[in-house]
Amino acid sequence: MAIEGDIAQMGALIGAGLATIGMGGAAIGVGNVVGSFLSGALRNPAAAGGQTATMFIGIAFAEALGIFSFLVALLLMYAQ
Amino acid sequence: MAEDVVKESPFNIHPMDQFVTKPLFGDADVNINEVMATLQWYTPTNVTLWSGLTVLVIAVLFIFGTRGRAIVPTRTQSVVEIIYGFIRSMIVDIAGEDGLKFFPYIMTLFLFILFANVLGLLPMSFTVTSQIAVTGVLAMAVFLAVTVIGFIRHGFGFLKLFWVAEAPLALRPILAFVEIISYFVRPVSHSIRLAGNMMAGHAVIKVFAGFAGALGVGSVVPILAITAVYGLEMLVVTIQAYVFTVLTIVYLKDALHPGH
Repeated sequence: MAIEGDIAQMGALIGAGLATIGMGGAAIGVGNVVGSFLSGALRNPAAAGGQTATMFIGIAFAEALGIFSFLVALLLMYAQ
Repeated sequence: MAEDVVKESPFNIHPMDQFVTKPLFGDADVNINEVMATLQWYTPTNVTLWSGLTVLVIAVLFIFGTRGRAIVPTRTQSVVEIIYGFIRSMIVDIAGEDGLKFFPYIMTLFLFILFANVLGLLPMSFTVTSQIAVTGVLAMAVFLAVTVIGFIRHGFGFLKLFWVAEAPLALRPILAFVEIISYFVRPVSHSIRLAGNMMAGHAVIKVFAGFAGALGVGSVVPILAITAVYGLEMLVVTIQAYVFTVLTIVYLKDALHPGH
């Protein structure tokens, strides 16, 4: 019985570790957004200021999915 | 369950303990599950205390900042004026002039989240916005308000938000399905983004602090790391308050002008 509990817990912790891979995807997404913004902004700096809010909204959407994977990891570790 | 694992490791770190809701009065050392079971809706907890402090700080800043009403502003008055102008121009830029009717609500949201985040960075303090219960209520309020405003302003024309008129006719039902899902996921992502960011950042600081306790003389390295992460957190805290507010305004714009 104790061993089964240990194995279940081990699985949960491994799953939590695997869930953090999703953060890499969020990192790629945020990097893409900011990189594209910068390359656009350096070509036309005059128009860049008005688009900062749009950039932050894009970052927020990309980042939310990374936060979801963090949440899954937390749920696996603590909510059982 | 997971706490047993942490206790056996050489580094005695409890990065998530700072997010536990505790009653302000009564025994602090009782088993955490028993404490959680005795919590009632009226029990004053550390969430209550720190939300109250947040409101107090905002009130003091704004009352003393605007008391003089000087034409050449003092330093405090400049801070207040900058925040006011920042939010106002943000609403006008995104939602247009008729969004200004909702300025007080958006300003309140921004100030509460910003100051709750910043107060949460004080050592030994508690971050109100790291609780999904708190951010969930904020996000649900925005979601319900936006839906109600949309239906009051446009009646059933508000449903045009889900019917993308520019797309080819064959694609529209599929797009409508996707749009409806994304509409109802909004409060979830809106609240979890804020709470998750706050929780993750503060847990990172706590983990580095745990390293500092374990390493002895070598703890200079984690302390330097804490300093760097703390600076980053100041940035994250402000950007998250900004993002929450911008998304609120974007959702509000959908309710005011539902056509794509």
